[in-house]
Amino acid sequence: MAVDAKKRGKGREAASGMDRDQLLAAYRTMLLIRRFEEKAGQLYGMGLIGGFCHLYIGQEAVVVGIQAALDETDQVITSYRDHGHMLATGMQARGVMAELTGRATGYSRGKGGSMHMFSKERNFFGGHGIVGAQVSLGTGLAFSNAYRGNDRVAVTYFGEGASNQGQVYESFNLAALMKLPCIYVIENNKYGMGTSVERASASRDLSKNAAAWGIPGTQVDGMDVEATWEAAKAAVAWCRAGKGPYLMEVKTYRYRGHSMSDPAKYRTREEVQKMRSERDCIEHARQRLEGLGVEAARFKAIDDEVKAVVQEAADFAQASPEPDPAELWTDVLVEG
Amino acid sequence: MATEILMPALSPTMTVGKLARWLKSVGDDIRAGDVIAEIETDKATMEVEAVDEGKLARILVPEGTEGVAVNTPIAVIGDGAAAAAPLPAPTAAAQAPSAPARMVPAPMVPAPSPAAAPRAPEPAGASEKDWGPTKPISVREALRDAMAAEMRADDRVFLLGEEVAQYQGAYKVSQGLLEEFGARRVIDTPITEHGFTGMAVGAALNGLKPIVEFMTFNFAMQAMDQIINSASKTLYMSGGQMGCPIVFRGPNGAASRVAAQHSQCYASWYAHVPGLKVVAPWSAADAKGLLRAAIRDPNPVIVLENEILYGHSGECPVAEDFVLPIGKAKVERPGTQVTIVAFSIMVGVALAAAEALAEQGISAEVINLRSLRPLDTATIVESVKKTSRLVTVEEGWPYAGIGAEVAMQIMEHAFDWLDAPPARVHGADVPLPYAANLEKLALPQPEWVADAVKKLF
Repeated sequence: MAVDAKKRGKGREAASGMDRDQLLAAYRTMLLIRRFEEKAGQLYGMGLIGGFCHLYIGQEAVVVGIQAALDETDQVITSYRDHGHMLATGMQARGVMAELTGRATGYSRGKGGSMHMFSKERNFFGGHGIVGAQVSLGTGLAFSNAYRGNDRVAVTYFGEGASNQGQVYESFNLAALMKLPCIYVIENNKYGMGTSVERASASRDLSKNAAAWGIPGTQVDGMDVEATWEAAKAAVAWCRAGKGPYLMEVKTYRYRGHSMSDPAKYRTREEVQKMRSERDCIEHARQRLEGLGVEAARFKAIDDEVKAVVQEAADFAQASPEPDPAELWTDVLVEG
Repeated sequence: MATEILMPALSPTMTVGKLARWLKSVGDDIRAGDVIAEIETDKATMEVEAVDEGKLARILVPEGTEGVAVNTPIAVIGDGAAAAAPLPAPTAAAQAPSAPARMVPAPMVPAPSPAAAPRAPEPAGASEKDWGPTKPISVREALRDAMAAEMRADDRVFLLGEEVAQYQGAYKVSQGLLEEFGARRVIDTPITEHGFTGMAVGAALNGLKPIVEFMTFNFAMQAMDQIINSASKTLYMSGGQMGCPIVFRGPNGAASRVAAQHSQCYASWYAHVPGLKVVAPWSAADAKGLLRAAIRDPNPVIVLENEILYGHSGECPVAEDFVLPIGKAKVERPGTQVTIVAFSIMVGVALAAAEALAEQGISAEVINLRSLRPLDTATIVESVKKTSRLVTVEEGWPYAGIGAEVAMQIMEHAFDWLDAPPARVHGADVPLPYAANLEKLALPQPEWVADAVKKLF
């Protein structure tokens, strides 16, 4: 499915899309991610979060649209820009925030931080700090599904910057050879740190980057949660049917810098403002929902609920203790 | 309800910054996401975005102010009603919120790392269990038998690598495995170490137990990131949730006349890394027992084999359940006057040296380390307490090598028993040359070991 501008706005209501409840749920998750990330930025500014902190603001529709097409037993793996993916897979905001602040109650007991978080229970395999490493690892998750003969699908998220790494193409080859149920999702937010995609990749259509291996690719409007969901459904169906891997290039945009310490001088403020005011995924979903008859009070209720969840997460994180010093020595090896 | 805007930290190291410019004035309406100010850090000028909404009620730090500490209140946002209300005194408001993550570093625990700690001393070699009858097999067969036995016992175990299936193994180690276990579990990969190693690590994170064969460990350099950053660290980074039960195996060190890029010992590279276990078998029994243990281990284990040893035969227990513990050395030859510590093919060199020394009236004890991480410090310490002399032998380079580590362990744990400084025998500190004569000059020979020993008396 290619990007289709005509599908946006009013004209799209006739097309198949999420029903009201699905879209409301997606709206709520996107809003949760946005508010969570804003709070994370705030706590970073207060010195409560240290190190690197990569915010997902602007890209919420990508993971929310794709997760809506998955089952809970499917696996997810991504890079270090991972807070949104964790919330979308159902990990608790309080546990994520506690990890960001390096507390004992965090998902990794304070030993992973923003870039390295995992939840076996939610089938979330991280959270990886090395650009592109998760692509081979995600291929391995898909391998484990094929090996076990189940119909689960592994979704491997990476940025357009990572898409130039050699192991990505090694992985495409392996997945195509072995017909692995892997959905490769390139979240093309236009900039790999400060380098625009045009300056980093000679490929002008990243969805065709795996064509040499016969892997189907599709370009998707990642600012539209329903378009992303529709495209992901097709990818999931392809993989579940045992046809092998699938590539999605999801066009998106991050509003904030690469990390908290990025002044983002490589693009104009106008460019950012234009995306925010004209293409924002949450605003877009809200307009769609208004068209479906959702009233202001409902939005207010969602807004309040989300704010409360995020505030509770921040309070929980700050009230939680740091890891016990003895934790320094644990989890290096599985004992026994 | 008024909300203070605090001077934000905008990099991992920022403690103070300059408030360069206000982009909003008192009385302006502010929405979340609006850029309200510019702040100069030591590295860059950053924009500050509002998180809260409301009317800008007061500016507490004028633009141009330098050295503003992180967390100092710089402005106040009020909602419509509160904006006009009197504000709390700035001194009360200026209390920085507690930031324990930054201000109270966790105290260092003065406990030694478990890997470096010696175990309770036991008589060296006493724990070597008697496995009953043996028969001679080659190291190559021993490795194959170990994989086959574990693959029969556990469906999660599979082998992948270049030429492991249809070709029957580049060095014929996997001979017959494809016939017994089929293409699902014995998998030929393309020549893409980085990709297939990452794939195997991903499969291990999801509960499978891959055996990755590298045609040689030289080629594993292409996959080093996945071995170190993904396999060895994920358990720790996940707070114990996600382990990586995987074996990386293949020939290590110099073969014969294949020169620098195909002849390198990676023992100290991998043994350096917490989160990995590293074993280096010498005999056929070592090979079978240690590889079985490695496959069963819930952690990533590096098995450093040796191409020249593949064809060597030795007695190996025939018992179905034969396995050796990782972390235990073996006294291959008892002696009283000097301890020679070696691993992999250098055990043979050390034994040859001990034989020559015996003829000259020097009694040498030879320890086969078997495991490089964890290191069986107790067995080495016990031996040195008896002999008072230590010589280490390794094929690799000396700098920061295994011999250096063993010698340091002895300094820490048996210094008072030493009659002479420990000595190291090692490969020449150069890339391995091709010419036959130069190659021989670069790799430890029994005479080198005997000479090193004699200098200690």
